[in-house]
Amino acid sequence: MKTRLILVLLIVLSATLNAQKYIAKTGHIWFYSYTPIEEIEAHNRQSVSILDASTGDIQFTLLIRSFEFKIALMQEHFNVNYMESDKFPKSSFKGKITNPEKINFKKDGVYEAEASGDLTIHGVTKPVNVKGTVEIKNGLPTLKSKFKILTEDYKIVVPDLVKEKIAKEIEISLDIVYQAN
Amino acid sequence: MKISKCFFALIILLLIGFTVHAQDIDDLLNETTAENTEEVIETFKSTHIVSGHSVERMLDGQLDFRISHRFGTVNTGVYELWGLDQANIHFGLDYGVTDWLMVGVGRGTYEKTYDGLLKFSVLRQSTGKKTIPVSFSVLTTTAYNSLKWEGSAELPFWDRFSYTTQLLIARKFTDRISLEINPTYVHRNLVDTELDPNDIFSVGAGGRFKITKRITVNAEYYYIIPPQRDYRSLKTYDPLSIGFDIETGGHVFQLHLTNSLAMIEKGFITETTGNWLDGGIHIGFNISRTFALK
Repeated sequence: MKTRLILVLLIVLSATLNAQKYIAKTGHIWFYSYTPIEEIEAHNRQSVSILDASTGDIQFTLLIRSFEFKIALMQEHFNVNYMESDKFPKSSFKGKITNPEKINFKKDGVYEAEASGDLTIHGVTKPVNVKGTVEIKNGLPTLKSKFKILTEDYKIVVPDLVKEKIAKEIEISLDIVYQAN
Repeated sequence: MKISKCFFALIILLLIGFTVHAQDIDDLLNETTAENTEEVIETFKSTHIVSGHSVERMLDGQLDFRISHRFGTVNTGVYELWGLDQANIHFGLDYGVTDWLMVGVGRGTYEKTYDGLLKFSVLRQSTGKKTIPVSFSVLTTTAYNSLKWEGSAELPFWDRFSYTTQLLIARKFTDRISLEINPTYVHRNLVDTELDPNDIFSVGAGGRFKITKRITVNAEYYYIIPPQRDYRSLKTYDPLSIGFDIETGGHVFQLHLTNSLAMIEKGFITETTGNWLDGGIHIGFNISRTFALK
């Protein structure tokens, strides 16, 4: 009898401990590079994320190879020459929502959110601060954000010959729809 | 006894509870991308190693405009500026109709040849859910010799044609090293004398070594299988070429030394007359520019 009680308690406990966690498996992350000569855009629809609403912990990771370009040769050069995706297959972010008190995950609505943490691209990790929105709909959050990074910060080498085609500043956008874990 | 059983159950439960929920972000990514198959990219920088084809092709909607050039032989000396006075060119347009089929047309100075090709990408080296150890393409080409006929009787139209079928098998072993082997069959409808064979079998081998991200060293050799290599009215040699690929965004520049003058299979595989050992070497280059039409 006692054993059963403990069992039930344990199951309930392990469930509630994680009740505030949301995950995303098909997160959409894309980037955009603009110069007057060339516009480059690539989309990754297999980005994964874990968001812990109770602590504000937020993580993203994705495979560089999963970025899709319209032009196949660009995709090849992106992987081979710039991102070296054989050497650095993943890119990730690990951080915290810095204003979790302003987001009510139980109530539908759109909330301004800020996050700070470490962004790893091309094997280089840099601290970043990012602004975005969290929209709660039917109890599930959707995260949207747009921010810019410099290629040289992440040791992505752009040779002189193509400097006019690839922007120094790359805009990264996120549209992540979470589900309950 | 009973207590220990209880403990055992507890520990198992705790473990289950822990593993189910303590999902790591990397596990999540692995789970999401477990079904992915990644094709190995950039086995070679271009559709050609030097004169011969590599396993690479133009992908869907991409057009390759290639200008290839071979000068005269180096052993012609200063009067011909070591061959630089003589120009022999080939230009070609190769288009990716789908990801598995490339079609091409070309024209070369050598025998004023018009040529066409079909390249089928049958297998692509892949990792992930589906693992394929090598890439495999099939190349078929046709060449039409448009030189003025100086014989007395009229030359039948079809006698001007020659055909090549090649199996291109390649593997990218490391980021730097790719190797390829090309069993080849060349058929010439008309040959110079009765001594010369219409059918020639050969095996090509090629490879690349990547020096920097954008520069590779390439080499290519074709072994002509006896007896066709020996019974010829013209002394021919096995083609051997070495060179560099320099890639700059949409362009690939290929600079090389080769003992063959022709830039189509029928020519460089079966009619190479330069001998490396006595300076019968041509300086040459290919320029490839890729356009995205779709």
